[in-house]
Amino acid sequence: MKYTIPEQEIMCSGHKACQGCGATLAMRYALKALGPKTILTIPACCWSVIDGPFPYSSVGVPLFHTAFETAASVASGIRAGLTMRGDTETNVVAWAGDGGTFDIGIQALSGTVERNDNVIYICYDNEAYMNTGVQRSSATPWGAVTTTTPPRHFKKERKKDMMGILAAHSIPYTASASIAYPEDLIKKVNRAKETPGAKFLHIFASCPPGWKTAPELSVQLARLAVQTHVFPLYEIYEGRYYKLSMDPKKKPIIDYIKPQGRFRHLTEEQVAEMDKQVDERYDRLKEQAERSKPWFEKQKKN
Amino acid sequence: MQKVMMGNHALSWGAKLSRAEVIAAYPITPQTEVVELLSNMCADGSLKAEFIKVESEHSAMAASMGAAAAGARTFTATSSQGLALMHEVLHWATGARLPIVMGNINRAMAPPWSIWTEQTDSIAQRDTGWIQIYTSSIQEIMDSVIQAYKVAEQIYIPTMLVLDSFVLSHTNENCDIPDQDKVDAYLPRFENAYRLNTDKPAAFGGLTGPDWYYELRYKIERDIQKAIPLFTETGKEFGEMFGREYGLVETYKLDDADVVLVASASIASTARPVIDAMRKEGHKVGLVRIRVFRPFPSELLRKLLAGRKKVLVIDRNISFGMSGAFYAETKAALYNEKKAPPMWGYIAGLGGRDVPLNVIRDMIEQTIAEEHPEGDIVWIGVKR
Repeated sequence: MKYTIPEQEIMCSGHKACQGCGATLAMRYALKALGPKTILTIPACCWSVIDGPFPYSSVGVPLFHTAFETAASVASGIRAGLTMRGDTETNVVAWAGDGGTFDIGIQALSGTVERNDNVIYICYDNEAYMNTGVQRSSATPWGAVTTTTPPRHFKKERKKDMMGILAAHSIPYTASASIAYPEDLIKKVNRAKETPGAKFLHIFASCPPGWKTAPELSVQLARLAVQTHVFPLYEIYEGRYYKLSMDPKKKPIIDYIKPQGRFRHLTEEQVAEMDKQVDERYDRLKEQAERSKPWFEKQKKN
Repeated sequence: MQKVMMGNHALSWGAKLSRAEVIAAYPITPQTEVVELLSNMCADGSLKAEFIKVESEHSAMAASMGAAAAGARTFTATSSQGLALMHEVLHWATGARLPIVMGNINRAMAPPWSIWTEQTDSIAQRDTGWIQIYTSSIQEIMDSVIQAYKVAEQIYIPTMLVLDSFVLSHTNENCDIPDQDKVDAYLPRFENAYRLNTDKPAAFGGLTGPDWYYELRYKIERDIQKAIPLFTETGKEFGEMFGREYGLVETYKLDDADVVLVASASIASTARPVIDAMRKEGHKVGLVRIRVFRPFPSELLRKLLAGRKKVLVIDRNISFGMSGAFYAETKAALYNEKKAPPMWGYIAGLGGRDVPLNVIRDMIEQTIAEEHPEGDIVWIGVKR
């Protein structure tokens, strides 16, 4: 039998993640694809703890811990430094949470992508500031409860469309991925490795303590997020051409919402409102994918 | 080769002669010419370097860290608001032990907006663990970049080179550009023993508990103190190779001086003719220019100042609620000396206010006239 997921394990056990941590699975899969010729930089986020305290590290590749808003800029610097020292092979990867990407690090990320620096930026998105104890970020979905958006004032703003913002930079390659679909995730990491210039991967990573869910449901919930169209898996080429990685028949959104404590306060009407937003966004994505079809067919012919 | 150039271009030339490999910088008045010339040098191939045109100073320092961590010799330059924006990352560069060299053009902090010279921007960064060199001539700026790398790379401490806005940054002087071969001999290629290396994977800067953090801070202090002998040694070596010697301080007519003026940067240059003139009138006045402010040359200052009748310190900076930084630190260095002289602290030249000969003379004369310093600081010529 041929495995579809690389057998190599770059990451090791003994890390400091919570039970059922999606961010840890995301790293494990990503490193399988990236391989040992990889340098990571990680800003303040869960992963600055997960990796392990000094003198331990669980990633198995060189890792530069950095300040919250600097992952992208540091990655640009590492790439330039390696280039000057004759190394053009090593993957340079900025690995950040949603806070470091959607919020405090967006300026640096925009700069790196605008310059089209040859780095891979991976955001593992657990949809809030989980490392500081669950505060809302601009990646937190509408309707969710966090410690700064309590049930009576749950989050009333939609999740920021980070992929759209990156597409507006004409980034050569960006894709969403999920810990529930490792083959798809690894394919996308490989695509990012092969594409010159700036790359962005948005990985959905469940968080049991933050979402108030059972640890054993992490993969199942991540899968449901895709199946309910809450977190669609797709790619954008050259910032213009959209491709759905899968187009599953929609499951009822309540299947995804019900097991999660962070959505427990929502009324039926509010769930319906959330559902409406999900459909709106998915329809738009499908339109974009439809419009992009001729381009992909042309690529195939060439 | 001789060339007339502005202070900013001397910084660029210093980086070029040092064979900087990565430059990450963001423009700010009055620093812009530094990055413009470096951009041109990269574009015409006379400097083989990667120039990252970042979107902010914060990213300039962050990208510089990445490049230095990858093992490359890295240069950047900024000023004032830009330096303040870098503040967080300046601490990071020190903690990560990255020998980045940066030029900072001293410009007053806003508000109100000012583009003129004042040292408060760099003084506000004195606790970040960066070495600070305050220069006083265009030639010294160029030479100091080369010396800065030589010191920084031996002890893995980042170094900031400071020059006055306009007075140095935009003033043209004749410069001797040393031969590249000789610079290469003085400053060989840098091999960072702790670079990010996929053959030796390691994590840098991870969570460190109270059981080790303290020791890591101790090592920074231990190593930045090594810069004290290193500046003297590398400055002597520079003198032997290029005919211009640099040290921690520069003295002028100090030997028999009763009254010693302590100053830095361009004010120290302006003070020389004042000292000449006052000596002709029979006043035994001398000068100490502090060149290296971090690490602070406390021991040397004790040697030079203890036993003098009077000392006055001019600060083109203010730590509000206290005094000028050079005054406070010089006083602190001499506190335990039995023969510590009384010390006067003058605030002058903030926001680019001119400090001409007669103002320096006023300060020296006031010091001579007074029996003992009254109050903590004197605001010379302030409109109340």
